[in-house]
Amino acid sequence: MIEFYLDQKSGVTPYLQLVQQVRRAVKLGLLLDGDQLPTVKDVVGKIAINPNTVSKAYRELEHQGLVVARTGVGTFVAIAPSDGPPATLRPLRRDLERWIARARDAGLDDEGIEALFIESFRDASSVVAP
Amino acid sequence: MTAVLEATDLGKRYRRKWALSDCTLSIPQGHVVGLVGPNGSGKSTLLNLAAGLLAPSAGRLDVLGGTPARDATAVGRVGFVAQELPAYSAFSVRDHLRLGAHLNPRWDAELAKDRIEDLGLDPSQRAGKLSGGQRAQLALTLAIAKRPELLLLDEPVASLDPLARREFLQILMETVADQEVSIVLSSHLVSDIERVCDYLIVLIDSRVQLAGDVDDLVSSHHRLIGSRRDPAGYPANQEVIDASHTDRQSSLIVRSHGPVLEDAWTIEPVSLEDLVLAYMARGKHPRSGDHFDGEVMA
Repeated sequence: MIEFYLDQKSGVTPYLQLVQQVRRAVKLGLLLDGDQLPTVKDVVGKIAINPNTVSKAYRELEHQGLVVARTGVGTFVAIAPSDGPPATLRPLRRDLERWIARARDAGLDDEGIEALFIESFRDASSVVAP
Repeated sequence: MTAVLEATDLGKRYRRKWALSDCTLSIPQGHVVGLVGPNGSGKSTLLNLAAGLLAPSAGRLDVLGGTPARDATAVGRVGFVAQELPAYSAFSVRDHLRLGAHLNPRWDAELAKDRIEDLGLDPSQRAGKLSGGQRAQLALTLAIAKRPELLLLDEPVASLDPLARREFLQILMETVADQEVSIVLSSHLVSDIERVCDYLIVLIDSRVQLAGDVDDLVSSHHRLIGSRRDPAGYPANQEVIDASHTDRQSSLIVRSHGPVLEDAWTIEPVSLEDLVLAYMARGKHPRSGDHFDGEVMA
């Protein structure tokens, strides 16, 4: 089950943070089809957040077609295989971990690695999707 | 939108000084409303009036359809956690619960008992020996067990350490999830407000500067950054809330009534904290929201 958190320095509203965390977990395969999301009350009790905010995030996820709400039972992840992580996720992650190790060997610190990654990512993305 | 609290030209005077004057505001039902504003803006006075602990000197105040200082049944449906977290220091936790049961017709004894157990409070402990966090939790328990329709909290977490603050807010939010209760919470801590509130009111000098659904407020405000210019060069259809300038750059916080049409501005989101600060700055210098290198433009 997913554990939500709030990053109060991100400048992203709590509602959007919850939506993004579920989307990310689905992309990474941490949440699978049929998995249950924590109940509104569980989330509220854990991270001290307004229950209306949690409900609103769940409604948005439902609207996006990532989850279904079953009345009286809970909210469940409902995704087609194509929405989940690609089968190649694991080797991709391994490549990335190797790359990070190499960057570190080359003397880059965390900030440098992040900057290099984001910069390269932006360059590559702007070529693919202008 | 049904209102749980409606003030019209409400005022409260202590001898010759008005602590609140000509205050007109409406608090919607079913929300957790954050009330923010500088010290002396009238927040505490408003909450004390709403709880029926003070009587207004002027204007009208409707709370749950009744008049607080006169109408005992309306007051019975309002819970209040005051700033100083009052408790009778010689009374034990158990005594407080007994008192609560005696004074409140809708008292939920089971809820109170469970809460105290969950908190790990010793019922025979005297209130005077409790820590700040425990006292806050006791005050909240007493207010919740009253089964209020409206719960008012006046800076309840201001004196608590971060852990006690978090625990207090967790329980408050669980209550919102469990019961149908509207909440008004005053606080200086915008980060807490952002977490727990879905509706925000900025009050300055008894006047509402800004009120609305938190997500709507955040999404309708933007920061625009561009080359330095005077007000004539501000984009049309944007209400400028706050402007600051350096030698080369102008940075505006705007309320958008339409898309920004000129590409000369870089558009960035505004955090709730910056938004609140912008309105507080505007409320302080109502004639102009313009600051030049920190100076207010006359």
